[in-house]
This record gives sequence, structure tokens and C-alpha cells, in this order.
Amino acid sequence: MQIHTRIVLGLVCMLVAVWLVAPTLVVIPMSFNENKSLAFPPVGFSWQWYENFLTNPEWSSSFFNSLKVASLVAVVATVLGTLAAFGLDRMRNVTTSGFLRMLLITPMVVPGVVLAIGIYAVYLDTRLVGTLTGFVLAHTILAIPFVLIAVSASLEVFDKRLETAAASCGAGRLTAFRTVTLPLILPGILSGLLFAFVTSFDEIIVALFISNPYLKTLPVQIFTSITRDADPTVAAVGTILFLATSFIIAGGLLLGNRQRKG
Amino acid sequence: MTSISATGAPARGAAIDIVSASKRYGGFVALDNVSLHIEAGEFMTLLGPSGSGKTTTLNVVAGFTEVTSGNLDVGGASMVGTPAHKRNIGVVFQHYALFPHMNVGRNVAYPLTLRGIGRAEREKRVARALDMVKMADFAHRYPSELSGGQQQRVALARAIVFDPPILLMDEPLGALDKKLREWLQLEIKRIHRELGTTFVYVTHDQEEALVLSDRIAVFNQGKIEQIGTGRQLYDEPATLFVGKFIGDSTVLRGDVRTSGEETAIAVAGETVVTRKRLPGTMKPVMLLRPEKLSLTRPGQAANGRNRLPGQITEAIYLGSGSKYEVRLRDGSTAIVRSPLEAEIFAIGDAVSLTFAETDAKLLADDGRADLTLT
Ligand SMILES: Nc1ncnc2c1ncn2[C@@H]1O[C@H](COP(=O)(O)OP(=O)(O)OP(=O)(O)O)[C@@H](O)[C@H]1O
Ligand SMILES: [Mg+2]
Repeated sequence: MQIHTRIVLGLVCMLVAVWLVAPTLVVIPMSFNENKSLAFPPVGFSWQWYENFLTNPEWSSSFFNSLKVASLVAVVATVLGTLAAFGLDRMRNVTTSGFLRMLLITPMVVPGVVLAIGIYAVYLDTRLVGTLTGFVLAHTILAIPFVLIAVSASLEVFDKRLETAAASCGAGRLTAFRTVTLPLILPGILSGLLFAFVTSFDEIIVALFISNPYLKTLPVQIFTSITRDADPTVAAVGTILFLATSFIIAGGLLLGNRQRKG
Repeated sequence: MTSISATGAPARGAAIDIVSASKRYGGFVALDNVSLHIEAGEFMTLLGPSGSGKTTTLNVVAGFTEVTSGNLDVGGASMVGTPAHKRNIGVVFQHYALFPHMNVGRNVAYPLTLRGIGRAEREKRVARALDMVKMADFAHRYPSELSGGQQQRVALARAIVFDPPILLMDEPLGALDKKLREWLQLEIKRIHRELGTTFVYVTHDQEEALVLSDRIAVFNQGKIEQIGTGRQLYDEPATLFVGKFIGDSTVLRGDVRTSGEETAIAVAGETVVTRKRLPGTMKPVMLLRPEKLSLTRPGQAANGRNRLPGQITEAIYLGSGSKYEVRLRDGSTAIVRSPLEAEIFAIGDAVSLTFAETDAKLLADDGRADLTLT
């Protein structure tokens, strides 16, 4: 009986797992297709779409644009989000801090299209469409809530009395923050950083609005390419991104494990 | 070893002067015009029930709280407005407050690092401080790998490593079991002797206060009721609250008659007298220490005018003598300690409670005594 339920449970879990990752895994064989089609199953084997991704400037430049925007957004959003989380955490007036927190989190809740239209309207006037500044500003708005939530969660469990102890040892507010608070909430800040990077890197709705032929991010390039013609380069990009994220996450898990043990 | 100072000169404590300090939180008065002078090198304990203002007083000295009014001098200089991190005062907290991301060695080195002390000197001082609290073998452990008592010893090392003239401790042993607490009390006493630092210690445990202190300040409802040595507080309590808070006591209440220099109190039909008078108009009560009371069989001859009938409700053999609880006719309870050679009584025995006139303390029934003793 025991073993019976175990087998059923295992099978159900397998099914769910396959269901979750199958759409992603389908991309891998498609990226090696010999024909210029996105049909499944693919025919033959070739590296040509990977080659296209690396040599076609439209693909490589959009990839580097995304990398650049996401890195800048990760840094800016992490700094601003961490400061906001810290400030809100220390606010005496709970009503005000609650209201401000809600305000900062709205970009996460508001439908993306609505936000995109608003940003587009403002950017048209201020000539920010298709600029690096425009992308970084827009994506930072979207990324701050993730940082705020991650860092706030860390601050929630941080024992503020340690700052008092640091003061009694001779540490001023800033020194106490740098030597005690910061190291202890660092896991939250790092996960906020990762979230911010990913939020920007695969953001498409706002990016579609504020892209132009001069500055395009990878998701926009993928989207336009797939609507124009069935280019399997999309599958190659998908495979590369899938492997890269898998490695990053695996690395993060390993690092976390080592830290916990050491 | 008398010091861990850099220069090798003996570390010196600093005097603390709290002058008419008040602290208000909105309408609530946490500290009510408190004045307290602490001598350099003294071991002063702030004793009192929960919420009486002990921590507030300590926080005022540490700089974690600013007074609403009043003044604070340390070593002759006013500290009002000086932030905590510039006061150079060591603090030990009840909750240890060790930095979890640093090992023991780095925790203890932290105050020295902040003061820009070089590595070699730092290591020497850390080793000495850890030695002093007997934690030298644990330098590489993390706080999460230590027991409560060990963590508190590390916290103590961190608080003394920079040679502060003053060390503040807020119920540092509050979270530890009795055995460990008693042992650490002796350790703290030894460290105080060796350092010569001024210690200010907060506790609500009167026995702990008696073991440790040179002097004790008894707090109640944001005020200091009395300051004195343990013996002074026990023998000459200034208020009923102090009398009841320090040691065991029996309080006799009843209708009062004063004639000349004599005060008589009618307790359950009998009258007890003492040749003392309370100034002012406060209603007096008598307070008696357990060893000043003696028990006899009813009718048996006894010296002195003061006799009260009662019945034994509890008899405890203590080795060095016996302790009895006696229920008096008015329903109140008297606590008696009799020496080893005295007659033994059993629960239920009818007895006479007697005491000498001179042993009764006459104190004002100010109504503050029972309020906070829950
Ligand atoms: N930040 C604050 N805001 C409002 N009231 C406070 C604050 N801090 C302390 N109090 C009040 O001041 C009074 C004295 O507090 P304090 O912490 O000094 O008591 P204590 O003698 O240390 O008690 P305990 O033995 O329970 O630690 C308490 O009634 C407390 O509720
Ligand atoms: Mg307290």
C-alpha cells in the first residue's frame, strides 16, 4: 500500500515536471533544424542558426543591448530599492510607510500595457524612445518592486538591536550599516539584484513600445523576427538563454549550500 | 593581571552623575526626576520590578535614549547630546547581541577595529579579553555554535576589550539557568575586581543584586526609592516597598494609636507597640525581618510586650535553621526564621509570635508597595 502510493505520487510529480519544462525543452531540438522552419519535429542537424546568432549584427547587437540595459537596471534598481526598503523599514509612521510601500510596488501590479502606453507617451515628448537612458529608466521602475520586496523580507528578520550593539562598540550609523546591517541583509540584496536583472532582460511589453531601429533589446528582436519569418535562430537564442540561466541558478544553489556548511 | 589597557596602566573607572533625569514617552513618565551618583570603580546595581525604569536609566547612560529633562555627567563631563558611539561605554545586553556573521574573535575585535588599532595589538587584546572570560579556545567558533552562557561571556569580552571606563549590563544573566547564573555572577564579580571599571548592572533579582553589588538603587514606578548597600537596604529600608522587595518580611497593619513617642498598632485584637513615631501624617505599618521574630507555644512565658497568636501553615527545614509561615488572626502571613537550636514546630501548631520593640521598623503605608509587586 505504502509503496503503491509512492509510485503514484512519483508518476504524478514526473508528469507535472514534464509539463512544466517540456515547452522549454522543445526549443533545443528545433534550434538544430536544417530547414528554415520552426516545424516540430525538426529535420536533420546543423549549427547554422547558432552561427547566424553570432554573426548577424541584428541578433548580436540586440543581445548586447539587453545585457547592457539589464546590468545597468540591476545596479540602479538594487541601490534605489535597497535604500527605499531601509528607509521604509525605519519609518516611525506605519501608515505613511505602508502607503509609500504600496506606491512603489504598483508597477508590478499595474497591467504592463497600461504602463507601456504611459511611458511611451512621455518618452515621445522627451525624445527618450530608442535610447539607453529611456530603457534603463523604464525597466528600473519595473524592477524596483522586486528589490524592495526581497530586501524588505531580509530586513524583517534582521535584528535591529545588533545596530545598537554596534553603536555601543563605537560604530556610527553609517559604519554600523556597512559592517553589520549590510552583510546580514546581503542575501536579500543579491536576490533582489538577480530579480532586477531578469526582469529587465526578458521584459517585452514596454520594450516593444520604446524600441526603434537604432536600439532594440533581445526580446523585441525575437518577437519581430518570429512574426516576420519563421527563423529558427529564435530557437538557438532560446537554447543559449536556457542553458545560461540553468548554469547561473545551479551555481547560485551550489554557492548557497557551501555557505551554509562553511 | 589587573588591566587590559594598551598602556599597561591599570584601567580606571569613571564616575557617573545622573541629575534630576526625567524621561517621558508621550504622557507616560518612564523616569521621574531620578538622581543617582555612582562612584568611579563602583559596582552599582539598579534593582526593581518590571517596568520600573531600570533599562531606561541604563539606556540614558549608554546614549541609546535621550532624557526629556535633566543632566548626565560621566567622568565630570556632560554627556547630554553625545551619541552612543562616541561615549566609549561598554554594554552587555540580555539578548547577547553578538554579530552572527563574525566569529568570536572578530566579534571581540570589532570595537578595536573601529578604533583603528593595529593588527598585532588587536590580537593581543582580543586574546587577553577572551582569556579573562575563559573563552580563549572558542575564538574561531561562530555565535550560533555557542551556548547561551558562552555567548554572554563573549559579549562581555567584546564590551571590555576596548577598556571602557564604564560597563553597563542589562539583565545579562536573565536568560540563563540558575546554576550557570550563580557561577557567572562570581565571574562578573572577579572581572570587576580585576578591571576597576565602573559597573552598572540591571536586574530584577534581589539575590543577584545582593551577591554582586557595592550599592543598590531600588527602582519603583520610574523613581528611585532608596540607594544603599545591601545591608542598609535590608536593615534600614526607607520605604515599605524596599522593605518588601529586599529579603523576606512580615508587614503588620491595623488601627494606629500614637501617644508621645510611642506607636501602637492593633492587629487582630492584639496590640503591638514600638517606641518610634513616623513624622508627617502617613499611616504607619510595622515591618519585621524573619530572624527578628520568634515563636513560642501559646501561654509560654516570653519577654517583651509584643505577642501575636497564630498558626503554622508551612514549615521548611533549611539545614541552618527552619523557616515558618504563620497565619495571623487577621489573615495575613508572617515569615519566621528560627535558628537550629530553637524549638521545632509542625504545620497546624498554634503559636505565639513575639518580637522586641526595637526590632520593628515603622514605615509609611504609602500604597506604592503592592501595586507593582505582581
Ligand atoms: N519606547 C518607549 N515608548 C513608550 N514607553 C516606553 C518605551 N520604552 C520604555 N517604555 C516604558 O517605560 C517604562 C520603563 O521601562 P524600562 O524598560 O525602563 O523598564 P525596566 O525596569 O527595564 O523593566 P524590565 O525589568 O521589564 O526590563 C515601562 O513602563 C515601559 O513600558
Ligand atoms: Mg529592562
